[in-house]
Amino acid sequence: MIERYLEQVSTYAGDIDGLINLIAWFVGVWFLVAEFVFFYLIFKFRHREGHKGEYITGEEKHQKRFITIPHFLVLVCDIFIIIGAVRVWVDVKQTLPPADATVRIIGQQWAWSFVHPGPDGELDTADDIKTVESLNTEVGKVYHFQLESRDVLHDFSVPVFRLKQDAIPGRIISGWWKATKTGEWDIQCAEICGIGHGVMRARIKVQSAAEHASWMHENSPVASIASAN
Amino acid sequence: MAETIDVGTHAGDDHGHDHHHEETFWSKYVFSTDHKMIGMQYMFTGMFMALIGGFFAYAFRMQLAFPGMDVPFWGIVTPAEYNALITNHGAIMIFWVAMPVLIAAFGNFLIPLMIGCDDMVFPKLNRLSYQIFLLSAVVLLASFVVENGGFGGAWTSYPPLSAKHEYSLTPLGSSLWITAVALEFVAFLIGGINFVTTAMNSRAPGMKLYDIPMVVWMIVVASILFMASVGPLIAGAIMLFMDQNLGTHFFDPNAGGDPILWQHLFWFFGHPEVYVVLLPATGITAEVMCVFARKKLFAYRTVLYTTFGTGVLSFTVWAHHQFIAGIDPRMAHVFTITTLLISIPIAEMMFVYIATLYGGDIRLKTPMLWALAFIAEFLIGGVTGIFLGASGADIYFHDTYFVLAHFHYTFFPIAIIGVYAGVTFWYPKMFGKMMNDTLGKIHFWGTIIPFNCIFIPLFVLGAAGQHRRIHDFTQYPELAQYQDVRVFATVSLVIMLLFQFVFIYNFFMSLRKGKDAGPNPWNSTTLEWTTESPPGHGNWKELPTVYRGPYEYQVPGRDKDFWPQNEPN
Repeated sequence: MIERYLEQVSTYAGDIDGLINLIAWFVGVWFLVAEFVFFYLIFKFRHREGHKGEYITGEEKHQKRFITIPHFLVLVCDIFIIIGAVRVWVDVKQTLPPADATVRIIGQQWAWSFVHPGPDGELDTADDIKTVESLNTEVGKVYHFQLESRDVLHDFSVPVFRLKQDAIPGRIISGWWKATKTGEWDIQCAEICGIGHGVMRARIKVQSAAEHASWMHENSPVASIASAN
Repeated sequence: MAETIDVGTHAGDDHGHDHHHEETFWSKYVFSTDHKMIGMQYMFTGMFMALIGGFFAYAFRMQLAFPGMDVPFWGIVTPAEYNALITNHGAIMIFWVAMPVLIAAFGNFLIPLMIGCDDMVFPKLNRLSYQIFLLSAVVLLASFVVENGGFGGAWTSYPPLSAKHEYSLTPLGSSLWITAVALEFVAFLIGGINFVTTAMNSRAPGMKLYDIPMVVWMIVVASILFMASVGPLIAGAIMLFMDQNLGTHFFDPNAGGDPILWQHLFWFFGHPEVYVVLLPATGITAEVMCVFARKKLFAYRTVLYTTFGTGVLSFTVWAHHQFIAGIDPRMAHVFTITTLLISIPIAEMMFVYIATLYGGDIRLKTPMLWALAFIAEFLIGGVTGIFLGASGADIYFHDTYFVLAHFHYTFFPIAIIGVYAGVTFWYPKMFGKMMNDTLGKIHFWGTIIPFNCIFIPLFVLGAAGQHRRIHDFTQYPELAQYQDVRVFATVSLVIMLLFQFVFIYNFFMSLRKGKDAGPNPWNSTTLEWTTESPPGHGNWKELPTVYRGPYEYQVPGRDKDFWPQNEPN
């Protein structure tokens, strides 16, 4: 369903889309059956002269069957959906695979800023690369993020990754992604954060290993100083 | 004190006293303690607020469709104004339209009439409830005209944005907004006490618990839900006000506070609130369906138990709004399970309503069209909620237009369709006149068709990754391509709003020129139709006695197809 509108660019995008499709099938069937029966009954029992309705209490066992059987079937569908939802959630939000790199993402009214590890692969060292409104990453690598906010709630959302996470002032929230293709896509702020909320956008660039190494070399303050010397 | 002493006697001292006084304009229309007049006051105030909430929707949807252009009757919608418009559209429609009309107007008007007593148990408390509500509406409207404009932090008002003026940039607007919300909650807390006490203590002789009409039960359960959930939020509102103005830091992490605390307080109230307004609308649908299908409500007791079940479960689902709020990810499993479980009583309720049609003699008058539309449309809202309750899928859908479309498919059937079903059904009782059925049907189709044209496209936009509360989507490369969809939804909204004038015309024209209704124009069985239309002060010349349940239609062996509750065997 979602994949018709948006590319799948993370390893778990397909899992989330798969869950959405599963739910769509279950609820779609229920919805169509319920609406069909509903409109059929309206048509079949519409008022006609000389026709008298029936007296049905719905309290007897054989009558209640018509609601208790669908009710148990709904419960069965719920169980399948719960299992699917829990599995996806554990993979996406609860279990972080070992990181190849970690980036820091900072939300503030009304811009995203990013701290990338430099060539040494570590955050909080002299070669870190700081950017605003542009996050540069490498395809095929597991990235962990440390999400922070400097003021109000923000929400880091990359629709093509199917990734969304609130940023909360006072907390550092971890998560992960692994991009599956190169390109450039939208980052949105999905939580209202004041009058500039609508313009708090950024771009995520997923680069090949060579491109990313070159970008890192050009932009790392330490590498720049070294090459200047 | 006199009010409390008279619980079992149907009338307070002051109330009984009123019979002997000549009523003035002020005592009859402004300071009345008559439950019907207070119900009317709530209804007209709610409808006035609906016009404002609807106009706000028009203004911000026009901005979305035609970004940066002058919106007729408003002008340029700035980002700050846009935020204030969406915030107050949501707050008004839920707190100042759905609540006052569904709970307070129908609750006040119907409970004493349907259980066969002459007024609420606490009439003065009832009047106080409306007066506080009116004050809350005035305070809310005042928040728009103060310096820097109205509050724009969304109807959920998450701190720190809502708690610190340097973040919201609307110092007075924010404070007035949260004051208005707190006052509104206090008003309904007081009103709810009356509903529960009256329904449990003042029933007509012979009316057993299973003889109470379903809408009364549902308003009572809704009132209990409201009373049990709103306390923490009133406390939260006071804490937020103090953070804004008195230098406290309840929600400020830099000084030991926690912004997530507000989310728990808000949603612990906010999710039961959905059922607080849903239940009365569902009850109205039950009454209307039974009358116009000439059928007994299918499995009355099952509906009642599912109502209780829904009420209890509604307190266990709040944190599905917080799946991605940065709290412990393991809690998502618990709230996924509870949220999906609540689909069971709600689905069962819908099955019961559909089953009620079976074997009926269905007359498609205007109130019945609304009641049927409630079911048809609410089903869409119900099934789309499953996507959001399932934690794994919510990662994507959270805060998108999919959510927005989903809750409009629940709230529109509740707050608009349910209200229209109720108003068109009880209008003859309220005013003693019939509404024009042809105009009613024109209004019905002119509302239902555009409604679907507004919100089905918004599901698509949500699926395409469009987030909420952004005033110009053309700035986003991946979303700009859907501008035609936004224009289509906006044009549909304008058409739908224009058709509401048909209702307003019908409402007031029928007051003057409508056919006299008589006491029971729909041949209904419940007690309110056994007195004159409109009922006089005290409701009945002689209070009725009840002999049977509320939905005895098509009883075998009887000439007439309905058997009123007060008719002896």
